[in-house]
Amino acid sequence: MNRVVMQLTVRGLLGRRRAVLLVLLPVVLLALAGLVRWASGGNLQNSVNLANGFALGTFLPLMCLLIGTGVIGTEIDDGSIVYLLAKPVPRRTIVWSKLAVAWGAAVVFAVLPLVATVEIAGDDGARLGWAFAAAGALAALAYTAIFVALSVVTRNAVIIGLLYALLWETVLGGYVPGVRDVSVRQWALAAAERILGDQAAAWNVTSAVGLTPALVLLAVAMTGAVVLAVRRLQTLRLTTAD
Amino acid sequence: MSTLVLDGVSRWYGNVVAANDVTMTIGPGVTGLLGPNGAGKSTLIAMMGGFLAPSAGTVTLDGTSVWRNPEIYRTIGLVPEAEAMYDMVTGWQFVLANARLHRLPDAEGAARAALEAVEMMPAKDRDIGTYSKGMKQRVKMATALVHDPSVLLLDEPFNGMDPRQRLHLMALLRRLGEEGRTVLFSSHILEEVEEIAGTIEVIVAGRHAASGDFRRIRRLMTERPHQYTISSTDDRRLAAAIIADGAADTVDLTSGSLAVQAPDLGVFVHALPRLARDSGIRLLDVSPADESLESVFAYLVAR
Repeated sequence: MNRVVMQLTVRGLLGRRRAVLLVLLPVVLLALAGLVRWASGGNLQNSVNLANGFALGTFLPLMCLLIGTGVIGTEIDDGSIVYLLAKPVPRRTIVWSKLAVAWGAAVVFAVLPLVATVEIAGDDGARLGWAFAAAGALAALAYTAIFVALSVVTRNAVIIGLLYALLWETVLGGYVPGVRDVSVRQWALAAAERILGDQAAAWNVTSAVGLTPALVLLAVAMTGAVVLAVRRLQTLRLTTAD
Repeated sequence: MSTLVLDGVSRWYGNVVAANDVTMTIGPGVTGLLGPNGAGKSTLIAMMGGFLAPSAGTVTLDGTSVWRNPEIYRTIGLVPEAEAMYDMVTGWQFVLANARLHRLPDAEGAARAALEAVEMMPAKDRDIGTYSKGMKQRVKMATALVHDPSVLLLDEPFNGMDPRQRLHLMALLRRLGEEGRTVLFSSHILEEVEEIAGTIEVIVAGRHAASGDFRRIRRLMTERPHQYTISSTDDRRLAAAIIADGAADTVDLTSGSLAVQAPDLGVFVHALPRLARDSGIRLLDVSPADESLESVFAYLVAR
């Protein structure tokens, strides 16, 4: 990893106008959590429904999409990535540096709000908090890697990522049995299911896959995304002539 | 001292050929890559800078291929055409970051020297987003110079510069060339190129159309046949008079008006009014058929 690449990436991620969304969306989520708390007086099932449904299924992938495309997609779009690429720095170093920033940002702007949501809306001690912290962190690792790779592969990363996050992960991944097996959300839920133990089924926090295959699939997805991003960055076409 | 060699380089995007079998050697000194917009200059520079794979042929820097070889950036400094930089950092921070990415032993000293070379020290602490186009261009230049490269590639560096900045950059490029660096810049303006470039490579429609010093290129461009479209009260009789006088070697009446091709501009423009008056013909319209740079270049290619 390269400290200078990370510094420039942080400035690029937080210095643009879209950074407002990174704050705005968590505020909306926390407001929703407060509303649930006020309406249902800390009912655990309602808290789980909010965290498991909107927060983990829609909010988290959207935030990771914003962050994943924000750390590299904007630079590729406007061409400023050339200043990083025209340096004797290995491409994998650039990708890992960008991913490190993306993961850090995802923890701050997505995973912590997810945990806060559970704590506000209602928690059983801290069990739900820990369960969703684990699921959120795992999902964030995979989502950001996927969206960073997508940004390097295509200039339409935001549109494709949005379709993937909303259609595949939220709608299909929630209901269609076959799709559920290959959904980041389901893999991440396996960790939450394990932490909640016996009560997982009662709260309807269940995953389509077991913990071991889930972790293996998460690792495979992440590795694949990183390898793809590095390879495509090595041959990134940078010209306005086409 | 470094030399860039393009050997039979072609590049196509689908059916569009952006560079067609270009072979050239770019050595120490200032070389101008001249051609109209869309001729493929940016494509060639992208291939020289290792940002685009040639569809055929090879680009080598001192014998090693530049494609997928980030090590070349120790030798090459690149000034891209795209204006986008990191708007939210200051000029100083950005040039310093570039120096650090090169892992220079004295990054701050190198950044200062680069910013001094482009006279941007006074404005170094402002955000890049607040810079004018010319100032951005100079900061881009500083990022390319920061590691003291022996090869400098600049894509349309004079775009957006005011006359004073233009003169300054010209002096800087000339000095870099005199220091023995290999400096290549692209432009679509002949005057810019002949001002500072020792060697000129002309690119038209993806093809390497001409190569040489500016006198040779200038001669090729001015001593070409000139074409005029004329309408008069009697085109047919005027055509006969022009041919009989010998002021033009081709007259063409097929397009409805009179098209003339004259080998010598001076002789023709003096002969035409005299011929018209002597024949009692009134000239209604005389216009050069196409004096655009594209047609000048097209002539070079067809030659």
